[in-house]
Amino acid sequence: MEFLKRPMKFAFLWLEGWFDRFFGPKWNPFYCLGALGYYYFWIVAASGIYIFIFFDTGIPQAFTSTEYMTHDQWYLAGIMRSLHRYASDAMVVMVLMHLCREFAFDRYRGGRWFSWVTGVSTLWLVFSAGVTGYWLVWDKLAQYIAIASTEWLDWLPIFGEPIARNFLASSHFDGRFFTLLVFMHIAIPLFLLFIMWFHLQRISYAKVNPARGLAVGTLAMLFVLSLVKPAISHEMANLAEVPGVLNMDWFYLWAYPMIEHLGPGFMWAFAGGGTLLLILVPWLPPKKRRPAAVVDLKNCNGCTRCVTDCPFRAVNMQPRTDGAPFREEAVVDPSMCVSCGICVGACPTAMPFRRASDLVAGIELPDLSVAHIRAQAHEAAVPLNGKDRIIAFGCDHGCDAAKLGINNLAFVPLRCAGMLLPSFIDYVLSKNLADGVVVSGCREGECHHRIGNVWVDGRLARERDPQLRRRVPVERLLKNWAAPTDRRQLFTEISAFQARLRDLPEDDAATRLTLVNGGKTDGTETSETAA
Amino acid sequence: MMKPAQIIAQATVYALFALGIGVLSTRPSYTHFDPARALIKVSFAHGGEPVTACRKRSRAELKALAANMRKASICPRQRVALRFELSLDNTVILSETLPPTGWRGDGSSKIYRRIPTTAGRHTIVAKLRDSRRDQGFDHVSRHTITLVPGQSLSIDFKPAHGGFIYE
Repeated sequence: MEFLKRPMKFAFLWLEGWFDRFFGPKWNPFYCLGALGYYYFWIVAASGIYIFIFFDTGIPQAFTSTEYMTHDQWYLAGIMRSLHRYASDAMVVMVLMHLCREFAFDRYRGGRWFSWVTGVSTLWLVFSAGVTGYWLVWDKLAQYIAIASTEWLDWLPIFGEPIARNFLASSHFDGRFFTLLVFMHIAIPLFLLFIMWFHLQRISYAKVNPARGLAVGTLAMLFVLSLVKPAISHEMANLAEVPGVLNMDWFYLWAYPMIEHLGPGFMWAFAGGGTLLLILVPWLPPKKRRPAAVVDLKNCNGCTRCVTDCPFRAVNMQPRTDGAPFREEAVVDPSMCVSCGICVGACPTAMPFRRASDLVAGIELPDLSVAHIRAQAHEAAVPLNGKDRIIAFGCDHGCDAAKLGINNLAFVPLRCAGMLLPSFIDYVLSKNLADGVVVSGCREGECHHRIGNVWVDGRLARERDPQLRRRVPVERLLKNWAAPTDRRQLFTEISAFQARLRDLPEDDAATRLTLVNGGKTDGTETSETAA
Repeated sequence: MMKPAQIIAQATVYALFALGIGVLSTRPSYTHFDPARALIKVSFAHGGEPVTACRKRSRAELKALAANMRKASICPRQRVALRFELSLDNTVILSETLPPTGWRGDGSSKIYRRIPTTAGRHTIVAKLRDSRRDQGFDHVSRHTITLVPGQSLSIDFKPAHGGFIYE
């Protein structure tokens, strides 16, 4: 799979880098492909409800009522019809890109298999909903789809009579068929919506709405497209004639020429086999899962921060079982845990300053304990010297600062930047292990573990617990969100940071607190001085 | 605040996306069927005769049965396979044996075929055997028609409506 994933990931990272420049991280469409899929769904639903008011079932009525909307009431129903079509097409694009992106970034295995499998199952529903919609118009394209679809279904040996016989001649065809079709065209999207909801059941803080600017931009785009190129029908269907040349919607109808040229059996094998393969992908090959986070009840005070911060709903609270004087305790569901360590970064007991007892946090990753991270920081600090010593805490998925070849920089790897408790920054600086600390991770708006860098932003900006202590001289801190392809950017930022460190006075306790991001202030300046 | 270059870049991205959707929603066109040709569709679902004739039960047989089961005759469920042949302008273009459907072979035999042909005048002969006989056909129909380009002619079989139906 790696031979597929690597080029795909590189292509996504390259494109996303450009889109970051055009749109900024908040509006970057690549960071909200799923949310855009939802958004297009709602546009399709809203426009569909409107055109349903004017749609009439019946053999000529289905076509004539659509023509009325397209030509007589073009200014509203016609635009709604076009929005309905184009938003449906855009939804297919988003769903497929979302799937490809999650695959390329390896975000579908381990505890994330559930979202992947439920997402794959939406594909059939999305395409079925689209096909039944094209069928309803009852033009030549609808006739072609109806006949080809039923011929495809007839390949299965489950029907007493070929259902394609319903379209043999006009005398075989009944207008009540459209009543059934309308029902299907409503029921399938409703079921799709249910699966879309199901799809999000194992993640918290799911992004189901794109940023407002992106939503406005994309709606305006669809509106302009609807005006410039309104959706129109072919001629009315006539079962005494064979549809000849068709203007196909290739987003939905790409399979039909395949059925025709390669045979219905091949298409069943392709669709069924493809679906099965996609469903099994999370286990091909099985991912060697890291051990799930474990709760140490001696250190868990039931504060719920790990539950709040877990991006995958893997941590829950349950009544206390050890008799300690707290109401609840955290409990981890190993099947849902992706071992990102964000819960560790949220745990106030992961305090590196602890001396009275062994450093064990209330919640820990068994293979990367807080004590181990502290020891690594100490070890990393040994060879550093001078005024620009840096310890960089970085995640496994962002740009690797260790590979930048920067002098006087030691790297402490984390599973996710969100795993870093802010007190580690305080610890490194106050213990004089380094002159500056770098926190690096995936690009802004694009965390491998969904929201790790968002939590870090909040913690360092002192808006989210556990907060960075006010005594920390923040000009000695650089946080930089960069992808593996952003090496030059990270190199430049760290080099400039080192230069700033060299210029700082030896004792800079009383300085302004400024969080630096990419060499610029991020607007969280305070005038308070450190303690 | 967005820079003008960013606004232009965003507008370009939206325009390209819209262009992609707008074009691929209708283009390229696909030729499903050569408009100069015509199509003959043959489809019917019809049950053949039972494989053996019904026979009357003897008195002894009837007496041996429960009172509510005393049906006078026994008929086998399984039906014969149909033999169908279609000729176009004196050339046999379809010759098939259609087995009955169902686990016990007691359902209708069915067929659905598409036969593209040239437009113009054609003589079609459809023959069907649905009895236990070994040779010959029980239903024969001869039909002459001028097919116009793009026309779809359906051939159905309904005994209640007189046999083969051309529509």
